[in-house]
Order: sequence, then structure tokens, then C-alpha cells
Amino acid sequence: MATEKNTPERHQRPISPFMIGPYYKPQLSSILSIAHRASGVFLSVFGSALLIYWLVALSQGAQAYQAAMLWLVSIPGMLLLATLCFAIYYHFFNGIRHLIWDTGRMLKIEQANRSAIFVLSGSFIASVLTIATVGGWL
Amino acid sequence: MKMRHPLAHARGLGSAKSGTSHWWGQRVTALLLIPLVIWMLYVVIVYAGQPFQVIQTFFRQTINSILAILLVLTMLRHAQLGMQVVIEDYVHSQPLETILQLLVKLFAFAGAVTGVLAVIRLAVQ
Repeated sequence: MATEKNTPERHQRPISPFMIGPYYKPQLSSILSIAHRASGVFLSVFGSALLIYWLVALSQGAQAYQAAMLWLVSIPGMLLLATLCFAIYYHFFNGIRHLIWDTGRMLKIEQANRSAIFVLSGSFIASVLTIATVGGWL
Repeated sequence: MKMRHPLAHARGLGSAKSGTSHWWGQRVTALLLIPLVIWMLYVVIVYAGQPFQVIQTFFRQTINSILAILLVLTMLRHAQLGMQVVIEDYVHSQPLETILQLLVKLFAFAGAVTGVLAVIRLAVQ
């Protein structure tokens, strides 16, 4: 099984987005890159949907708004909000990292690994602080 | 020897005929979203738990309506451009890819209309 994976058939070579795994060692750079895409897709689907849902609920008046917000304080609702919170911060910080790269800066491996740690810890701390503030625990 | 026609070089549109417009649009919307997302996070953190009337008063201010509309439009355009690349990269069936690309554009457009209309209704109600 292992040898099969290490020597792919000549005409069945892996295509680049699927290289991580048996053919290519997962690294901080590749994992954060795919996580940027994953968080982007997640935010595109659930983030924009929830933002528009909130605005529409608000535009329906006080009673409709209160009814529309009820499911968000359930356990699945709060899980969605917490995941969205982390996804927003992650995509925000890592997006700025990408914009800095686009100017040709911070591209050395050590710099990229340092900014990766900065993005990960930044989004974790910001998420905890946000959830604690909104939850009223601070 | 340069085989490329000078006109093609001058137009700079490449083989996809769209040049750098997609790449550039993704970056411009990303830059715009930096202040807009900070504003959105501020609104959500400060106003999410507030009573309806407090939020309504906030969104009745013209500056907040403008920022909300800018946020909805910029976010959906950025999302559509991003989803387009993800679909191009991972969906290898031509008919399915075309359907998905059209659906993403349709949802982004419908979302933009719905969001803008909601902000306007909120501002004038």
C-alpha cells in the first residue's frame, strides 16, 4: 500500500491541490494556505448569509427581529457563531499576511513561519476576547 | 525569437482574455474590507445583544447605512471572486463547473439586492 502511494502510475499523477498528504509533507505554509481557502468558502456561504439574514430580520421590525434571533442562542446557533468568529479573524489576519506578500515583503521561510504563528495566535486570542465580551464574561 | 503579436502584448489580456482584472479585484475588495470588517466587528460586539430600538437608532444614521451597504456589496464581490477560483481549481466536470459558477454569481447578486434593500428599509422604517 505504501509503495503504491509513493510510486504513482505514470498517467495517474496527483494534481497539485491534492498533493498534501502521502506525496507532500504538511507544513505551516501549506496548512495555513488551504485553511485560508476553507475559511473563505465557509465565510462566503455562512458568513454572508448570516449578515444578510440579520439585516433582513432587523428590517422586519421589533417582534420579527426577536423571533428571528431566537435560534442563534441555541447550542447549534452559538457553535455556528463561534466558528464564524474564528473564521473571520483568521481570514482577516491571514488575508493581511497575503496582501503584505503581494508587495514582495516577508517572503523568507523564517518570516513566513513567524507570521503564521502570529496569525494563528492573533485569531485565537481575538476570538476568545470577542466571545467573552459578547457573552458578557468580561 | 518573439512569436507573440505586439498587439496582444500591448493589450496584456493573456490567454483567458481578462488580464489581471480578477486578481486585482480580489485585492482591491480585500483592502476595502479591512476597515469595513473592523466596523462590522465593532457593530456586532457592541450592538448584537442590545434591544431592537437601539440597533434601529444606530442604522438610521446615514453614515451607518452607507457603511452597511458598502460592506454587503464589497463582501459579496470578494466572496464571489474567491468562490470562482475555488470552483475553477477543484471542480473538474465542465457542466457542473458552469452551473456552480452561475449559481455563485446568482446568489451573490440576489444577496446584494436583498441586503441593500434591508438596509434601506431599516433606515426609513
